[in-house]
Amino acid sequence: MRYSLLQLARQALSGHKGWGPAWRDAAPRAAYDVVIVGGGGHGLATAYYLAKVHKITNVAVIERGWIGGGNAGRNTTIVRANYALPGNEPFYAFALRLWEGLERELNYNAMVSQRGVVNLFHTDAQRDAFARRGNAMRLHGVDAQLLDAEGVRKMAPFLAFDNARFPILGGLWHDRAGTARHDAVNWGYARAASALGVDIVQNCAVEGFERDASGAVVGVHTSLGPIRAGRVGLAVAGMSGVVAGLAGLRLPIESHVLQAFVTEGLKPLVPYVMNYGMGHFYISQSDKGGLVFGGGLDGYNSYAQRGGLPVVEDVCEAAMAMMPMVGRARILRSWGGIMDMSMDGSPIIDRTPVPGLYLNAGWCIGGFKATPAAGWAFAHLLARDEPHETARAYRLDRFRTGHLIDEKGAGAQPNLQ
Amino acid sequence: MRIPCPFCGSRDSREFACRGDAAPRRPAGADSDAEAMFDYVYLRDNPAGPIEEYWYHAQGCRQWLVVHRDTRSHAVLGARFAAAGGRA
Repeated sequence: MRYSLLQLARQALSGHKGWGPAWRDAAPRAAYDVVIVGGGGHGLATAYYLAKVHKITNVAVIERGWIGGGNAGRNTTIVRANYALPGNEPFYAFALRLWEGLERELNYNAMVSQRGVVNLFHTDAQRDAFARRGNAMRLHGVDAQLLDAEGVRKMAPFLAFDNARFPILGGLWHDRAGTARHDAVNWGYARAASALGVDIVQNCAVEGFERDASGAVVGVHTSLGPIRAGRVGLAVAGMSGVVAGLAGLRLPIESHVLQAFVTEGLKPLVPYVMNYGMGHFYISQSDKGGLVFGGGLDGYNSYAQRGGLPVVEDVCEAAMAMMPMVGRARILRSWGGIMDMSMDGSPIIDRTPVPGLYLNAGWCIGGFKATPAAGWAFAHLLARDEPHETARAYRLDRFRTGHLIDEKGAGAQPNLQ
Repeated sequence: MRIPCPFCGSRDSREFACRGDAAPRRPAGADSDAEAMFDYVYLRDNPAGPIEEYWYHAQGCRQWLVVHRDTRSHAVLGARFAAAGGRA
């Protein structure tokens, strides 16, 4: 069913009783050309682009839980392309272009809102670094504008500009960035992929891999039985280490917990996505009115999907330092997601040493913004067995060869990326 | 989380700094090959379950500990001084 104003009017006249399920909840068949493990945004987007761009429709997405129950429902919905390194920026620039056409492409309201992102700076050195970052972005065709304190004050007078320790000297404005409704992105890709014939299988956990005599992966063992596959793609984020381990692989990845928070619904208050420069803190306001914010990792390996109170305190302190008025808002809920923290802070979209097994992982704290391009590039890799032009740097062997994409300069310390 | 420091007793985890997985072993000497060094620096078992990690008791006895902890539940199963067998 195509969603349109006409369809809405027709359904309204019949009491909205005619809406069908958005996508088909499938039982697994015995064999597929491609099996994608992980029904998050990346897995579903991969399946969609396999079917749409590469005409490979004999595809299954298998998910151990339910669609939208993993990190797809545990992120803070920010979409941006403000990276500095040449290995990263073309990829995120491509992602941003896909976001801009996503709703028309999927015929689904993903609530993409290009409200802009501002990264605040508080020292001269930070201003220089942001000026350089902005220039790198513009060289790749992404907008960036360096604002002084007056420029930021016009946009957001409620910030603590004259904080004695960390005064706000300005910010790097990225106009085309913004937010998107995280669940809707998943549902939209699931619906569009399903309509093209992709099977979406929920409550189906991978328990092992079927290998042939040469050691190549030719299928997966699941809680719903064996499924044969021409190629298997992993898009399991925080579970990457565990699932790749079933194929005997060790990855340059650790799993860590990242918390996020939302306040009670408030009237329109924070018009942009805002990043504090002196402490890990970022905030935006959802269309429902809640302030959505978060900070850094808890700092220890975790698969628990919840974090500890020290980070809650740390994030709230940063919030108070940046915009003291936020202290009047009450936190409604908080949650944790499991991040696949790679050793250089950048992702991996590549073949693995095991023939037939492909990997999309290492997204660290920023996988959501990449969703459309990650799906596009992973589909390209699965279909043609060669990397997409924007994702050539995202090699698994770059850690062995020394071609790291160390955007943050933190080195091989996953809890600092 | 509370960590049972062998010297200070049960203490809040915010007194500590987590250094991460205690399993990797630095290859010995200058004759170790690049492959072993790559494995040590970058590859991790990343277990979902019990793990041994280095924690530094920065705001206590300033000793390095090896803490035994479950990554699925954050339950702390035990701790010992790193110097007393951290590199078992």
